[in-house]
Amino acid sequence: MSNEDAVSLFGKSVVALKNFSAEEIHLVLNTARKMKQIIRRGGDKKLPNLRGKAIVNLFYEPSTRTRTSFELAGKYLGADVVSINSGTSSIVKGESLRDTLRTIEAMGVDAIVMRHKAEGAADFATQVVKPIIINAGDGAHAHPSQALLDLFTIEQRKGRLVGLKVVIVGDILHSRVARSDVYAMTKMGMNVHLAGPKTLLPRFFEFDGVTLHESVDEAIQGADVINVLRIQLERQQAGLFPSTREYARVFGINDDRLRLAADDVLILHPGPQNKGLEISSEVTYGERSAIQEQVQNGVAVRMALLDLTLNGGTNS
Amino acid sequence: MNQTWQIRRMESNISTSLLIRGGRVIDPANDFDGVADVLVIDGRIAAVKPDIKFSTDYEYDATGKLVTPGLIDMHVHLREPGQEAKEDFLSGSKAAAAGGFTTIATMPNTSPAVDNAALVRAMVKRAEEVGIVNVKIIGAVTKGRHGQELAEMRDMIAAGAVAFSDDGNFDDNAKIFLNALDYLHNTDKVIICHEEETTLVEGGVMNEGKRSALLGLKGRPTVAEDIAVARDCLLAEYSGGRVHIAHISSARAVDIVREAKRRGVKVTAEVTPQHLTMTEDEVNPADASTKINPPLRTQADCDACLTGLIDGTIDAIVTDHSPHAPEEKDREYIYAPSGFPGLETCIGVLFTELYHKGKIDLRTLISKMTAEPANIFKLDGGNLSIDAPADITIIDPELVWTVDAKKFYTKGSHSPFIGRQFKGRAVATIVHGNLMKLNQW
Repeated sequence: MSNEDAVSLFGKSVVALKNFSAEEIHLVLNTARKMKQIIRRGGDKKLPNLRGKAIVNLFYEPSTRTRTSFELAGKYLGADVVSINSGTSSIVKGESLRDTLRTIEAMGVDAIVMRHKAEGAADFATQVVKPIIINAGDGAHAHPSQALLDLFTIEQRKGRLVGLKVVIVGDILHSRVARSDVYAMTKMGMNVHLAGPKTLLPRFFEFDGVTLHESVDEAIQGADVINVLRIQLERQQAGLFPSTREYARVFGINDDRLRLAADDVLILHPGPQNKGLEISSEVTYGERSAIQEQVQNGVAVRMALLDLTLNGGTNS
Repeated sequence: MNQTWQIRRMESNISTSLLIRGGRVIDPANDFDGVADVLVIDGRIAAVKPDIKFSTDYEYDATGKLVTPGLIDMHVHLREPGQEAKEDFLSGSKAAAAGGFTTIATMPNTSPAVDNAALVRAMVKRAEEVGIVNVKIIGAVTKGRHGQELAEMRDMIAAGAVAFSDDGNFDDNAKIFLNALDYLHNTDKVIICHEEETTLVEGGVMNEGKRSALLGLKGRPTVAEDIAVARDCLLAEYSGGRVHIAHISSARAVDIVREAKRRGVKVTAEVTPQHLTMTEDEVNPADASTKINPPLRTQADCDACLTGLIDGTIDAIVTDHSPHAPEEKDREYIYAPSGFPGLETCIGVLFTELYHKGKIDLRTLISKMTAEPANIFKLDGGNLSIDAPADITIIDPELVWTVDAKKFYTKGSHSPFIGRQFKGRAVATIVHGNLMKLNQW
């Protein structure tokens, strides 16, 4: 990465990886590698990089791992981090997104990490206020830090990204993870396949380097990586598939089905999982699974994002 | 360049005369297109011919401009009663005058819905009291627009309703809709149909297509419109009733209407400037101004709508002027209400994107906003015949201007056309002989 020095994310909001170059993604992954060492070194994890910076986590949707992960990432870097949940704030009093953002801005915040049900909410925020906006998920649109941690996990385990066959399985239609993965993974030279029942695949989805499959068995032939997406139970009530039993049988990822993939296939899942539905327990806890590692990598990647955008990555 | 409209109510019972000199008069209803003077006396057209010698109270030099029958927009939302933060009869009819419209018809999806004679009568009275232009009232087809029981449409006709519509909703219940067609059969009133099959568009905020697939926004597929248009064409054919397809937007739906017309079905259709000229590619989820129902489609759909407009499948152009309060539109795409104000930008869009690009001739364009809507809704107007009401629009086809929301007369603030530069604008609007004009310094 000889040209990495020229790349900077300083002052940049992270709304969608569509707007990221391969060099910028490399920069995040390389920085995350250093951050991961710090998390793992034990003892004092605290860095001074973001001392004096204030970060607000503004979460309009429930989240355990993403919110905690961003919160710890900020704290490990020495920033002051405050988390706001929609249920316990002025949002329940009917305050508009614009006004909530402006209120937070007025308190002197440097970055806002935002999770919202509405597609485009993070982009809207960048137009409304000056602090750096980190999109922690906007509807079914984008979840850039998740895609970056997916890439980071794959790179750590496989030693490379280029040329790998990755299959994303499940509810592609409603998935911000899938949409961010598609942009990130194709930029990094991976062959991306999307698979699931046609009811959960977006109609008219056209993307260079991406293939859609209605058969999971067909899609995972020789796969190097399988990213299993969460199936929300309300999709069944909406008539998108008939039963969890049938879904598990036809589309679920289990050891038997994995015989079709490469021997050393890597299994990812953004969580939270529905064990026995989209993924079996043996797969989750098996040695090909990197699901637990993804969580730790999530903190490292988010430290990298915060450090690079707020601090330019110096001292890291 | 400062551009300000002089908009004022007509002083009634004052005898006035007006001579419009030297414009290119386009009057499709009378098959007239040529340079002529137009003489107006006491709110009626007195003469249309070259070089009129007559001493009048007022004169307007229309040299280099187009003089057309007053434009008619049979699909606007003036939001009264109940939603006056979005628009009211005064602000909405000022916007109409500034956009060159002399007659508009307002939809009944208000709060409460205009679904009975008392409300129609009240709205007719409001229109007379504050309306700057002619404001016609459209009544609801079903009580509360719920699609369950027929509203008292014959009482509403007696009170002055010009048409019926549950616009905003598709009437899912085919039997109720068939009943409505039968019930109105021996009247001259048409039902204006919002055509999107409900279950297929539930939760949808933009066209279902390549862009929604990438953005993750829920789609409203064209097939929802096609199914609805097909059903209503078939029910019109079966019942012998009259159906008017509101804001058509899908290429396939245009085909279905064309085919139905060929069979002699009593169906007419309208299209908006936005569905003729804008596509799903312009949807930005961080800005709700492009959120409309039916949604912006693809270029192929725009092209099909234009073809349909020119070949007569589509009879009228309407704005579907749908203003909302700024705070309602200034929010997340999925939560913002659908619609944007269109009265003040309509001529600019149509002249810039269609006429100046050679895609449509002036006679067809003007006809779709005058003679044809007047014919569908049986209005006294849409032409410059002698003794017709002196509703006249004067358009400067070459005037270059920039859309500025601060200068809108509508209360609606969010339009995807804000900041756009247009060529072509109404410069004078005459309602019953009352001249309102755009001054330029």
